[in-house]
Amino acid sequence: MVQQGKPVEFWRWPETNWVNPDIDWKKGKFVTAGVDVGSVSTQAVIMVDGEFYAFGNTRTGSDSPNSAIKGMGYTLEKTDMKIDNIDYCIGTGYGRVNVPMAQQAVTEISCHARGANFMYGPEVRTVMDMGGQDCKAINVDDRGKVLNFIMNDKCAAGTGRGMEVFADLIHVPVWEVGPRSFQISKEPPMISSTCVVFAKSEVVGLLEQGVPENEIMAAYCSAMAHRIMELLKRLGVKEKFVITGGIAKNEGVVKRLEKELGIKTAEQAWANLQYRKKNYPFDTQLAGAMGAALFGQALLKMGKAKSARKPGIVE
Amino acid sequence: MIVAGIDVGGKNVHIVIKKDGQIIGKGTSPTGIKKAEAVEALYEQVLKQAGLTRKDVECVVATGSAAKRVAFANGSIADAAADARGVIKLFPNARTVINVGAEEGRSIKVSPEGKVLDFAVNDKCAAGTGTFVEAMSRALEVSVEEMSKIALDSTKSIPMNAQCAVFGESEVVSLIHQKTSKPDISRAVMDAVAGRVGSVARIVGLEKDVVVVGGMAKNAGFVDSLQNNIEMPVTVPEDPDYIGAIGAADAALSGVIE
Repeated sequence: MVQQGKPVEFWRWPETNWVNPDIDWKKGKFVTAGVDVGSVSTQAVIMVDGEFYAFGNTRTGSDSPNSAIKGMGYTLEKTDMKIDNIDYCIGTGYGRVNVPMAQQAVTEISCHARGANFMYGPEVRTVMDMGGQDCKAINVDDRGKVLNFIMNDKCAAGTGRGMEVFADLIHVPVWEVGPRSFQISKEPPMISSTCVVFAKSEVVGLLEQGVPENEIMAAYCSAMAHRIMELLKRLGVKEKFVITGGIAKNEGVVKRLEKELGIKTAEQAWANLQYRKKNYPFDTQLAGAMGAALFGQALLKMGKAKSARKPGIVE
Repeated sequence: MIVAGIDVGGKNVHIVIKKDGQIIGKGTSPTGIKKAEAVEALYEQVLKQAGLTRKDVECVVATGSAAKRVAFANGSIADAAADARGVIKLFPNARTVINVGAEEGRSIKVSPEGKVLDFAVNDKCAAGTGTFVEAMSRALEVSVEEMSKIALDSTKSIPMNAQCAVFGESEVVSLIHQKTSKPDISRAVMDAVAGRVGSVARIVGLEKDVVVVGGMAKNAGFVDSLQNNIEMPVTVPEDPDYIGAIGAADAALSGVIE
């Protein structure tokens, strides 16, 4: 982990990509893509006739267009497909209007709802998307249509960025925070500051007092769970309840949220049993891009696609 | 009669020693993690400089967010009460006191007698506090002192989109990448804090004269932005960060303690 001469960045999670070995895209009728440019991460998903074909999950850079190009490039790397082979591409996320290869933009609220419906199944009623710089609670119907939502995009408390700042402060890789938060003898009281900046001072104080690191992680995860719960309570949670986004991968937050809500989140696994059997990667960060790619499929099928132009890089 | 006022804030401790109403000793040091120890050390130092011993001080009053850490205090008063008392002696015409510290921003409506009529406070969010400016100063790689000066040289007003200090840091970095000048970025930061503080002040209502105290009152760029935001001139006392301690010492003198 430690590299000589290079500062260790504890928030820097690994980037991933994958291609489905069971699909020959050349035989497909509609090839669509969704690119979700978030404030912290960018995902691209390619679907062939509504089936999950490939994805790439990368960090967002300093500007949206280049992040979209990088995310799409990283996805295509695993395939023998070129960008021009994609029939329709939809941009979503915080940088959705700046996705150069997209013909259309759809809000991430709609995309996460649609993506969660595909990933977790039509029984999903509440989707909690915990992104890098915002969190949204969305109530959906059986087709993945948004019925109502509320979001926090003003404050880093309860967002992935808040967790990254925390990981960096205590020098623990961000993906280890969840598991380690359970290696404790007793559950500590939660961090009392809401503000991430004030929580940082509070954490420094706890470290200084000799409170074990794992307990501090538990205290921070509890605070984050509590923050999210306040949002969820305002919207009203219905089962099947699922979490998408990066924080869904942090069991330290998820399990504590379940406990506080008294509601379990659905298992993070494909509703599609074939996908489950074949062990296709299930990445909660993909819901937005997946939803966007599915909207593309639907539009092409209905002949409602707004542009016949092939996706390329717009100069 | 010799009295002491001790203000233990989120970032700094301030101590004032008064003899018959005159300040005969004062000092400040960072609060740090071990607050009680920081208070103890500073108190000894300030006493020594004033040529006093602990026994000479008849009454010690504490205030500030960590007032409870002053174990040897005879009593404490609320932060807002300390601000009101501290200010009214210096500025009898003051009707609104705005205190912007490291981790808090509050606005207090005061009576001509220095009583707190109403107040509003933000202590939940770093936006609108000195900590916000410090965080932006790190991102900008310009000291807070320097930012406070160069903000006044800004030629362009740029609104910051981020309210949150965590998101603000990324925004400052993007502004640097877009080649925005450091004075303009500094100005944007001060305007952002002033916007938040102004909102808190409007909750209780702004009545002249407005006196600004706390550590941020030393920041000329911020004070300028605040005047623009509330559309009123403000007065800044000498040593605005000592006002809480002065108010606490005054309470000790009057015997009004909790």
